[in-house]
Amino acid sequence: MTEKNIAYLRTSEAPTLPPPASEVGIRGWLWKNIFASMADYSSVSKTINSILMTILTVGSALFLYWIIAGLLDFTLFSATFSDPEGVKREACVVNAGACWPYVQAKWYQFMYGFYPAEEVWRVNVAMFLLAVGIAWLVFPMPRRGLVAALMLTAFPIVSFVLLNGMPIEHDGDLGKVFAGVWFPLIVAGVVGAGWFLARDGRLGEVAAAVAPILLMAAALFGLFAFLPLITAALDIALGTEVVETNQWGGLTITLVVAIAGIVASLPLGMLLALGRQSNAPILKYTSVIFIEVVRGIPLISVLFFASAMLPYFLEPGVDFNKLLRAMIGVMLFSAAYMAEVIRGGLQAMPKGQYEGGMSLGLSYWQQMRLIIMPQALTTVIPGIVNTFIGLFKDTTLVLIISIFDLLGMMNATLTDPTWATPTTAYTGYLVIALIYFVFCFGMSRYSVYMENKLHRGHR
Amino acid sequence: MSEQVQENAPRGGMTVSDQVAIEINGMNKWYGQFHVLRDIDLTVYEGERIVICGPSGSGKSTLIRCINALEEHQQGSIVVDGTRLTSDLKNIDKIRSEVGMCFQHFNLFPHLTILENCTLAPIWVRKIPKKEAIETAMHYLEKVKIPDQANKYPGQLSGGQQQRVAIARSLCMRPRIMLFDEPTSALDPEMIKEVLDTMIELAEEGMTMLCVTHEMGFARQVANRVIFMADGQIVEQNEPEEFFNNPQSDRTQQFLSQILGH
Repeated sequence: MTEKNIAYLRTSEAPTLPPPASEVGIRGWLWKNIFASMADYSSVSKTINSILMTILTVGSALFLYWIIAGLLDFTLFSATFSDPEGVKREACVVNAGACWPYVQAKWYQFMYGFYPAEEVWRVNVAMFLLAVGIAWLVFPMPRRGLVAALMLTAFPIVSFVLLNGMPIEHDGDLGKVFAGVWFPLIVAGVVGAGWFLARDGRLGEVAAAVAPILLMAAALFGLFAFLPLITAALDIALGTEVVETNQWGGLTITLVVAIAGIVASLPLGMLLALGRQSNAPILKYTSVIFIEVVRGIPLISVLFFASAMLPYFLEPGVDFNKLLRAMIGVMLFSAAYMAEVIRGGLQAMPKGQYEGGMSLGLSYWQQMRLIIMPQALTTVIPGIVNTFIGLFKDTTLVLIISIFDLLGMMNATLTDPTWATPTTAYTGYLVIALIYFVFCFGMSRYSVYMENKLHRGHR
Repeated sequence: MSEQVQENAPRGGMTVSDQVAIEINGMNKWYGQFHVLRDIDLTVYEGERIVICGPSGSGKSTLIRCINALEEHQQGSIVVDGTRLTSDLKNIDKIRSEVGMCFQHFNLFPHLTILENCTLAPIWVRKIPKKEAIETAMHYLEKVKIPDQANKYPGQLSGGQQQRVAIARSLCMRPRIMLFDEPTSALDPEMIKEVLDTMIELAEEGMTMLCVTHEMGFARQVANRVIFMADGQIVEQNEPEEFFNNPQSDRTQQFLSQILGH
């Protein structure tokens, strides 16, 4: 600093050097990530730190070994893999490990419950359609808008017809089946008309709105007139007999309930979140009360109420399907949770985004649809998927009203004395856990993929 | 008061017509108990370029935000392009689509590309076919000199570029009036010029502009009229030369000495 001349000019380029050995290769990685933290004894505190790290590292390694060794032993080394003589429990009881023949024997029930075996192709077709639809939407495929629309409108009807069957001989049942098909259509029509009206918030457009409503009504009546023909055609073509929902079970039930909840909770949650933020007091407090009441009650009590108590309040003879009741309960539940997650996203939106939209003359619904919701939903993807995963696992609670989902079905098979061995239950639970994990982990990974994709470029 | 305003108004600029673009009469606004805008009378003629300045908290941003109903006023009348601003949503939407606005923080939509930012409102509000909207957008992006960024996202652009996109986005709606709310305040010094150049170009084409800014050089160069606000009132207004060289009120003198002093 004593020198006066501080001018400096580099005349040649500094060479670029390879990184030191501790940074590259397997040795470098091992050293940097595992051993470096245990090898520093230069001072007392660093020595303590290194010793603690050594203990933790060795402890974790032992713990992992213990878990993995135990699992491998149970699932592979001590397990029973086959039952060639068909002796059932005797084949398994001799080994201390998993009883795989039991899983093999009960796999059908895990998947389909008590669905009649000769009709099970219908479930498979529905699940195949579902898998194709989801795959189409999940991966970057063409025409996803159309596929999404089909999955939300046609697929529920088709899968209902497939799973439940279409009776035409019994006039008494016709009303019921039609109600099942018509109800979503009518709701969709009303929602669509409401959307159209609300889009610009102007009474002046009522006139324009009447036209599509009339059109829709005409289409409904047309369909209604032709429905017997369509069902007759279906019946002749497919010969589908009715499989009552109390025969459904296993993974089928889990997927039906969970997907209904997941699909319904997102739009309902969006509407509730917007309602809660609304300036209109009635709308606002209806949303607040709904959300708070639903969040304040355990799902079990709602399901139990729907199953056991509701019949007391209804007139004798009036009944609607237990599975449908459970599905509605799950939908409303997840909608309330979803509303709060989405509200978090809405609150993270800067005021400037609303003003930017307003200053361009966009209407409220256009702002929400084009600007606010896409960003708010992207922000809360982890929360949304968290709710989906929670919902997927909560479907096991339908057991409380004697609907046998995947877990319930497995539990039921444990009462079969022909497979009663000390390890049957463990095997069953392990398999069920694995199935749940595959679905939940899949959702989790997809959310990570979506986050990376949507945040790319503008964050 | 309003007579005086009209007397002052159409001076200077060669493109100013005698058509009234915005007429504000006896306008008052409160935030709760706080009286933010007091008895505002202002007539803006088509083609006029008005710079509004004043100390922070004087209500200048609130004033121009009232013009496109981002803020509600409680008393008095605002007539924009012959449409009276009431709580009628139809009028508000009509005015907003005629009046462009640029914000301090740009308020671009970060999830859309530059081009999508520019075509969104023309497509959804004006119902212009997508192809045509893209052509218009590219035209204005060329005008603000960033057509090559059209497929990037706002987050990938510098502040100055973002503000120019915001200007282009407003222009795509082909507004008759442009409002600027401190458009250069959030920018690095070296980016202020590129935004001001864009605004000067716009002014030279005869756009009616109301601009809240502290860029006094800009005011001198393009404004027909400078309005000084303090405590929610219009304290003084005049041609730029007169305003800067011969401020009448003490409040104005004090303000000018502070911002021009260093």
